[in-house]
Amino acid sequence: MELVVFIISAVVAIIGAVAMLLSKNAIHSALFLLLNLAAIAVLYLLLRAPFLFAIQLIVYAGAIIVLFLFVVMLLGAERAEDERDLIAWQRPVALAMGLLLLAETIYIVFARPAAALATVNSGAEDFGAPLKIGEALFSTYLLPFELTSVILLAAIVGVIVLHKRERPAA
Amino acid sequence: MVPTSYFILLSGVLFTLGVLGVLVRRNALVVFMSIELMLNSANLALVTFAQARQSLGGQILVFFVITVAAAEVAVGLALLVAIFGTKRTTDIDEISSLKG
Repeated sequence: MELVVFIISAVVAIIGAVAMLLSKNAIHSALFLLLNLAAIAVLYLLLRAPFLFAIQLIVYAGAIIVLFLFVVMLLGAERAEDERDLIAWQRPVALAMGLLLLAETIYIVFARPAAALATVNSGAEDFGAPLKIGEALFSTYLLPFELTSVILLAAIVGVIVLHKRERPAA
Repeated sequence: MVPTSYFILLSGVLFTLGVLGVLVRRNALVVFMSIELMLNSANLALVTFAQARQSLGGQILVFFVITVAAAEVAVGLALLVAIFGTKRTTDIDEISSLKG
């Protein structure tokens, strides 16, 4: 049963990613990315990570995609990019390199001995419960947790500085 | 029961698609989305290994990655808007002022 859920989510995730790459319209790309992120969120649930499932939906599917959509509409960037290439050999080489990377990944995954292919979902039922995540986050990982607030503050200040209007000298 | 390797394989496929998006697309916004795709595939691998090893560290790391990704998207999109203000384009081939 879990395998069926995995296969459906994986197919949806891959279709979302491919459609994102092929869409001419940047808004369609953002919406296909949303599909992909939602499919990955389902996989988190399958991996017994309900906390990350919620975070993925709130932060990625909620905040980040909305930010993308706002900027796409703000810039009017949804029109198709023109097809002429300044660097003619770039796309074929990129495709070849991508396929090589994919082949490498598949080889590494399947070249492992069977012992490495342990099945997941064999552990404790409440592993990854929000309660345990919170306890670890506020004890063992307290310093990195506080540091993320500095990162977020730096991002806020950076965005404000980037868009501060220069006042003409009076 | 899903083998760990299936999740890792999916993660690898999604990462490859993200790399292809960065290399092939020229709309800076879509390049950004491809970067998000790569971050997500890495997150998926982290959660998979956290589950396989029954260690919470992986899930905590994903939490931090998502935080940093949110900050990165905010700053990156602000940069794009600022560039658009002067260049009137999001095509990364035309933003080549630093080219010698």
